Amino acid sequence: MIIDIPKFIEAEKPYWEELEAILELFERDRDRKMDLAGIKRFHYLYQRASSDLGKLMTFSSRTGIRSYLETLVAKAYCEIHETRRHSRKFVPHKWFLKNFPKAFRAHIKAFYLSVAITLAGCLFGGLAVSLDPDAKSVVVNFSHLMGDPSKRVEQEEKNGITLSGGQHALFSSQLMANNIRVSLFAMALGMTLGTGTIIILFYNGVILGAVAVDYMLAGESVFLFGWLLPHGAVEIPAILLGGQAGLVIAGAVIGYGSNMTLRKRLAGISKDVVALVYGLSVMLVWAGIVESFFSQYHEPVMPYSIKIGFGIIELFVLAWLLFKSGADKKVEKAVEQ
Amino acid sequence: MRQNRENILIIETPEGIEFSLRLAGPVIRCLAWAVDLGCILAMSYILVTKIFPIFVVFGSDIISAVSVLTFFAMSIVYGVMLEYFWRGQTLGKRIFKLQVMDIQGLNLQLHQVILRNIIRPVDKLPALFYAFGGLICFLSRYSQRLGDVAANTIVVRIIDTNEPDLDQLLPDKYNSFRDYPHLAGRLRQRVSPHEAGIALRALLRRDEFELSARIDLFKEIADWFKEIVKFPQEAVDGISDEQYIRNVVDVLFRSDVKKTQPAASAHKSA
Repeated sequence: MIIDIPKFIEAEKPYWEELEAILELFERDRDRKMDLAGIKRFHYLYQRASSDLGKLMTFSSRTGIRSYLETLVAKAYCEIHETRRHSRKFVPHKWFLKNFPKAFRAHIKAFYLSVAITLAGCLFGGLAVSLDPDAKSVVVNFSHLMGDPSKRVEQEEKNGITLSGGQHALFSSQLMANNIRVSLFAMALGMTLGTGTIIILFYNGVILGAVAVDYMLAGESVFLFGWLLPHGAVEIPAILLGGQAGLVIAGAVIGYGSNMTLRKRLAGISKDVVALVYGLSVMLVWAGIVESFFSQYHEPVMPYSIKIGFGIIELFVLAWLLFKSGADKKVEKAVEQ
Repeated sequence: MRQNRENILIIETPEGIEFSLRLAGPVIRCLAWAVDLGCILAMSYILVTKIFPIFVVFGSDIISAVSVLTFFAMSIVYGVMLEYFWRGQTLGKRIFKLQVMDIQGLNLQLHQVILRNIIRPVDKLPALFYAFGGLICFLSRYSQRLGDVAANTIVVRIIDTNEPDLDQLLPDKYNSFRDYPHLAGRLRQRVSPHEAGIALRALLRRDEFELSARIDLFKEIADWFKEIVKFPQEAVDGISDEQYIRNVVDVLFRSDVKKTQPAASAHKSA
């Protein structure tokens, strides 16, 4: 196509500039709304710029103009061909009470698998410690858990508190950061076809099982539940949710039984994974506060019955949140069918 | 949507128009990340050592706790907030002119930004050196690290579109090709943008070549253009291969200026 370039540019430039001005408004405010006339004009300008680009495509000179038009068309394409719903404004409580439980229920099988892997780890850790006392030094790699449980309980109950004063907030923040980091890592390792996620879940289960059996064999079950339940009732499920998110990602990467492309499979689960990560992060913030400010108090300062009761209440609330909150039974049944 | 050998992603719109996105490779992304890491460390240091101590009235325990959480949050929130509000850019990406985009050339969504940032710990393996992510990025068809694969995003290079100063490159000298406007028009019509770019770049970089290499190169390019459009013998008589390319570039890139040639009248009268 032979065209008079200067005349062509002179004639089209006002339209390009008008389109550029509209795109700048979109850049400043991504949620900008336009009236019907504005939308029509925007679409017309986009089509006109596309057509101009098509005309210049075969023209060897004026690479600058072509690049400019390519950029313009690319930006307009972003706005016009976006058919996905815009992420609504982030409302923290709505995400926690609605989006998070919905995402959990949508991938409940991955959660059950996460629980099963952790339980297998618990079984392994428990058996290892009960059958071979020397295994404890290998499996449980934490200095404060290495000694005799009865002696530790005696010491804790003598003081009534594990932490000395003025360290609670720092300890709490370290717990939050560490637990969230571990859970996110378990989730992210889903990209390794779930191998890393499974290893983390199993290893956590091994430690949990070994410590639990060690204290039970020493006859310190009440202390164990009083110590673990207040924060563990939220912390352990949160890590399981991290595993669930990782297994959901792994499922999408593997794509067994699906005829969709990897890109579509991952696009299909990404919102749910983000909702799960948000939910488990909130849970771990709560668990960190409870562990630092509540779990570290023991009898006689804090009766175990209160601590265990508190943990059981947390479990019920969590179960309600995950299984019932934000549920629209009709819709969920229809989705299942 | 397709990708060519130059690591350019070409997207075809439903209107049948193509536009290209230049994908960023692992090295430039690594440099941008180094800048971002520096920003995160600097901001955390300033907050922890200069800002938080002002609130010592709340107690050293609280200050220490907030410091720990700040550093942890900063490593995630920095990338998420900046990429979302700066349309796919962080400070490092701005400096190196990179931008995160949806793989289909569409706008980034919040969940995509979050996901690509929370998958980062796996990309950083082993021991924060990004070896895993770098390797995946190197092998990936679209230069994606794992976080990009999970979130369906790509990182593209923003190209400056400054045109070269042709007036400096091609001084106002007589161009015998312009005496044959129909052939000049045919040249513009038949030469592809890629071929035109090669001719232009050869002229821009002429001083970088050794003399013998320069002669060979311009001969090769001139031979190529001679095959595309044949100018009459009197138009090419006595001009070197390099001058031939100058005339070609002048015809291709300066079709809108200098309608009257400065030396043309003198030439014709002679």
